[in-house]
Amino acid sequence: MVRVDGQSNSPSLIQVRDLDKKYQRGSEEIHVLQGLNLDVAKGEFVAFMGPSGSGKTTLLNLLGGLDVPSKGTVTVDGDEITHMSRSKLTEWRARHVGFVFQMYNLIPVLTAFQNVELPLLLTKLSKSERRQHVETALHVVGLSDRMHHYPRQLSGGQEQRVTIARAIVSDPTFLLCDEPTGDLDRKSADEIMELILQLVRQHGKTVLMVTHDPVVAQRADTTLYLEKGALVGTGAPEAFSYGGAR
Amino acid sequence: MRFGPLLTANLFRKKTRFVLTIGSFAVALFLFGFLAAVRGAFSQGVEVAGADRLVVINRTAIIQPLPLSYRDRILRIPGVKEVTHDNWFGGVYQDERNFFPQFVIDVEHQRKVYPELAVPEDQWQAFVKDRQGAVVGAATAKRFGWKVGDRIPIRGVIYPGAWEFNLDGIYHGTRKQDDESQLWFQWDYLEEKRPAFTKGLAGWYTVKIDSPDNALRIAKAIDNEFDNSSYETHTDTESNFAAGWVKQFGNIQFLILTIGSVVFFTLLLVTGNTMAIAVRERTGELAVLKAVGYSDRFVLAFVMTESLVIALIGGLLGLGLAKAFELLLTVVKTPINTVLPFFYIPTTALLTGVATALAIGIVSGFLPAVGAMRLRVVDALRRV
Repeated sequence: MVRVDGQSNSPSLIQVRDLDKKYQRGSEEIHVLQGLNLDVAKGEFVAFMGPSGSGKTTLLNLLGGLDVPSKGTVTVDGDEITHMSRSKLTEWRARHVGFVFQMYNLIPVLTAFQNVELPLLLTKLSKSERRQHVETALHVVGLSDRMHHYPRQLSGGQEQRVTIARAIVSDPTFLLCDEPTGDLDRKSADEIMELILQLVRQHGKTVLMVTHDPVVAQRADTTLYLEKGALVGTGAPEAFSYGGAR
Repeated sequence: MRFGPLLTANLFRKKTRFVLTIGSFAVALFLFGFLAAVRGAFSQGVEVAGADRLVVINRTAIIQPLPLSYRDRILRIPGVKEVTHDNWFGGVYQDERNFFPQFVIDVEHQRKVYPELAVPEDQWQAFVKDRQGAVVGAATAKRFGWKVGDRIPIRGVIYPGAWEFNLDGIYHGTRKQDDESQLWFQWDYLEEKRPAFTKGLAGWYTVKIDSPDNALRIAKAIDNEFDNSSYETHTDTESNFAAGWVKQFGNIQFLILTIGSVVFFTLLLVTGNTMAIAVRERTGELAVLKAVGYSDRFVLAFVMTESLVIALIGGLLGLGLAKAFELLLTVVKTPINTVLPFFYIPTTALLTGVATALAIGIVSGFLPAVGAMRLRVVDALRRV
């Protein structure tokens, strides 16, 4: 059960406490996140919504260890990541986080198979074990017949499926999806959401997703609304509009 | 090599750029190899010079002769082990473009002073007995397709007239750098045919001494011996003599160094720029690599390896072409054969070329690689 009051007593997979993030732009200090608390249990699917500049992506970056907070802590599965060194954080990311980006961010000169294999190259798995893992991941996303295609030979939806396969191939603790359907048409977006739901329901993955699309957010177990760096509400998307709770 | 496909895919990402960058290296390293061969050809005399040999020439100029009678007086100087005398002949074989050095030699002492130039004993004995006999180096014999027993006509220039020689022997150098282009013939044959006023005179003496450590003392003693005579001498080590000869062409070393430096500096700028562009256009991809767990150090090594592979392929290609050019000159006659008969790229130059290419690869890849290493995933993804 997602909680945003910082009072959870039960052990949660992701625990965020008093998270602050400030940026310095010239002489101006921009407060992107302010005293944010969050508890996410294993197997939950949480969507973050909010207007541009509300801090959604920054929160995702902090949860994924891509950025460090100005204050506060992020603890994942018992590991407090906010004080890890850059190299430790990199190792931690490889083991625990799967990233899905809006713009897919596939390497264009590698095939779908090679793109999905990228995280596994850092492991001690043999070539045949890697092949097996990659084929399984591509099978899960329904692209077994496209594994030797280059990104330019795939549609947007298929590219995003490859990105998801890359995110799950190393069986991470949780997935971070930054607007995974933002660049897709409705049909492809629905397919991607079906796939993400399948990962949550059938494979027990924990997913945290940023989206602007209320239809997409509806598929999540919980939707959290951010505004000016603070969580301003939870609940079903239709009960909320950017600008605060109705 | 689990990262091989990733590296290869990135190298061939922009094929035109890859080929052009490799081409820049290849052209620069070809030039390097060519210049090294030119430098080697000019300094051949210095390389083959024996440390235990002195050359005695007329103090006025090398084209002025020395009396043959000096031989016995030089031999009496302590430390002198052997003396031989030579003369430049300067004839033309068929065409002036077929240049090769011809020397009139002191048959009795030649081999004692130049033991590194080996002639089969039976051929040498045939030469000794044949007043019109000649011995040529293996390179010249190969160049003109000469075999022992051939008759070689040469038109005299310094000593005008038609000269004919019987090819009695072919010598080989025992070291790679030895000069195998000379033709030797007997002193008696020259004495017989040359004008009376030039008889009894030698072009220069070559003196074998007991130890290179005594070179300075012996050289001084020889020159003192002939002070205030009609034919004063200038004695120097064979290597200094050869180096002085090279200097007459200008400062070849400086010229080559200057050209080489300009070429390599330009190459550094070109490659550095290419690597910087290659990294900049892949900012998003490098950020993704980091996001999925690739370390900063991996990204640094990855970009550096790319730069080094380009440098190595281009470098080897350029040096390979230079080597192929060198080999081509052994079968195809060009003006280079005439001007620089010892045109070959020394192994040390090839190794230096590879090392230089790699050094440029390291330097040109370093800044882009450090930039890639320092890249923050969040910033990079925001830019995409």
